[in-house]
Amino acid sequence: MFDALQSIIPTVLFYSAPLILTALGGVFSERSGVVNIGLEGLMVMGAFIGIVFNLAFSDVFGSWTPWISIVVATIIGAIFSIIHAIASVSFHANQVVSGVAINMLALGIGVYLTKVWYGKGQTDMVDQPFYTTSIPMLSDIPIIGPIFFEGIYVTSYIAIVFAIVAWFVLYKTPFGLRLRAVGEHPMAADTNGIKVVKMRYIAVILSGAFGGLGGSVFALTIVSNFSHATIVGQGFMALAAVIFGKWHPLGAMGAALFFGLAQSLSVVSAGIPLLENIPQVFLLIAPYVLTILALAGFIGRAEAPRANGEPYIKGSR
Amino acid sequence: MKNRKFLLFGIILSISLFLVACGTASEENTEEENNAGTEESGNTTSGTEETSTDYQVGMVTDEGGVDDKSFNQSAWEGIKAWGEENGLAKGEGFDYAQSDETADYMPNITRFVRDDYDLVYGVGFKLKKDIQKAADQFANTNFAIVDDVVDAPNAASITFKEHQGSFLVGVAAALKTTTEKVGFVGGINSPLIKKFESGFTAGVKSINPDIEVDVQYAESFTDPAKGKLIATNMYDSGVDVIYHSSGGTGNGVFNQAKDIKQNEPERAIWVIGVDRDQYEEGQIGEHNVTLTSMVKRVDVAVQDVINRGMNGEFPEGEQLEYGLEENGIRVATTNEEAMTEEIISTVKDWEEEILNGEVEVPQTIEELEAYVDSL
Repeated sequence: MFDALQSIIPTVLFYSAPLILTALGGVFSERSGVVNIGLEGLMVMGAFIGIVFNLAFSDVFGSWTPWISIVVATIIGAIFSIIHAIASVSFHANQVVSGVAINMLALGIGVYLTKVWYGKGQTDMVDQPFYTTSIPMLSDIPIIGPIFFEGIYVTSYIAIVFAIVAWFVLYKTPFGLRLRAVGEHPMAADTNGIKVVKMRYIAVILSGAFGGLGGSVFALTIVSNFSHATIVGQGFMALAAVIFGKWHPLGAMGAALFFGLAQSLSVVSAGIPLLENIPQVFLLIAPYVLTILALAGFIGRAEAPRANGEPYIKGSR
Repeated sequence: MKNRKFLLFGIILSISLFLVACGTASEENTEEENNAGTEESGNTTSGTEETSTDYQVGMVTDEGGVDDKSFNQSAWEGIKAWGEENGLAKGEGFDYAQSDETADYMPNITRFVRDDYDLVYGVGFKLKKDIQKAADQFANTNFAIVDDVVDAPNAASITFKEHQGSFLVGVAAALKTTTEKVGFVGGINSPLIKKFESGFTAGVKSINPDIEVDVQYAESFTDPAKGKLIATNMYDSGVDVIYHSSGGTGNGVFNQAKDIKQNEPERAIWVIGVDRDQYEEGQIGEHNVTLTSMVKRVDVAVQDVINRGMNGEFPEGEQLEYGLEENGIRVATTNEEAMTEEIISTVKDWEEEILNGEVEVPQTIEELEAYVDSL
């Protein structure tokens, strides 16, 4: 059992980290009332920028390259998401359509620029990806140490820390209250002097930042290069985690970890006494089935922020 | 409530849109096409005097494009090499048409037929249906498909004896392992990938029947995260050589092997690549985790069929299988440090035996069982 945990937990953590980060972006955006189908595209953008920056500057920054790469990817992701903010907040465009446009645009830009810059359909492997490490001190703790702190990616813990910070910001600060108010009842919020447009812009840009971060972490921990097939559906998985986690940062984190667990179990199950009799396919489909059940309202009510998806037009009722 | 339904609908819509859009970049297409156009017009004045043939060959790619580092690229290199040999230029005797989505296959094929090309290639199993349809429709043009089978009197099918190559890398893996455990990561569980698995396992067992082969399928060719999960699990359980035949999923396998190498440079850990020489993918600092690769020489096969067609001996309706004998399969020896003289010579010995017919490499799990029993 101990051995099984030791092989499962680290894989769950690296698999889930990009999903957690991206899902947090989704939570911020949707809590403010802007549906963000564009998470996938934001991840593509993050992965693309993360890889390209890493390839270009690995000589300059040495072992700091992956860290600077994810910061740059975060910033570019935030800038890229402004497109979605302008379309859906300022111009009251349909948020789903705008999100789909983000997905297509990001993939197009990524693949096109890869072709122009590198002259081929995919980039080379990066020299400076993230590597697993053991955290000093903590990994010496008996039992817990080897399971949680040996051979893990630091980015996984950053994701978990961000989830807690996001929960604190959303539920314990005035800013968070305003952001949620804007998503529940923008007119009431507006009457109370909260700038709806500004809040929604901030939320969408935050989602871009998280999406870019998630994408670059995925690329630099798991894939190491960029092509049209680098991000295939992870953004939608993150979106599913948002819904399965009931639009709550910690819920989304739990959902993302659960998706990782199901994937990991489907691989490891052959070696675990209880699970070896379960056909692999059931573990593979578990995350999706549960998300559908969550959407259908079986696992408590998954209630979206009330004004989610509705553009706020001042003065209209 | 209405809102949520709409959201759900939107998600479904966008996922389907996304899947359709997957792997395309429409900008590329127009640019490529324009280039092709200008080159064509630029070359019409010159050229013709040195051409030794009026045979014309067209190639239709799948979504990967001609620089996919895989089949399309290899096929295009073969066609280009043939063209240069015969003094032809792109657009003048040979050309390719990029498909950015499934709907592009048929228009691309018919464009070549209309332009009186003698032989039209479809690269990849995805083009099977359209090549089949075109072959039925245009009886005066020859067609060929790479990596799948079509049934028509004017079409040829090019497939590979992957089991032979897999057998040989299996031999290499068995000689390299020190833990007596090797792994196989497959893309999608299908007869084609089973061929890889059977050949590989047979090769391993031929050297030492006691070596354990851990087989896992990712059920996707484009899921590096799954590949990394499987590789992590395998390496943790003592496997030290993994053969992947899983396309992009294999990136995750390489990633994990390199991560282990980074943390424990002394640990001997290997990946065996597939389809082309994946030496570059395995480089980490001064080390390289790519033991060898099972290389399919699509270029050799493509050139062979063109040459036959040019000489009026097009293999009509035939199903061509390229293996060791036809130089269609090769085992890479780029990693000289890992592929020692001893391993290479043993691999060569087994290659001889396969060529002599002394060893019949199994292609299915049933044949594999019979083979292992006979050892």
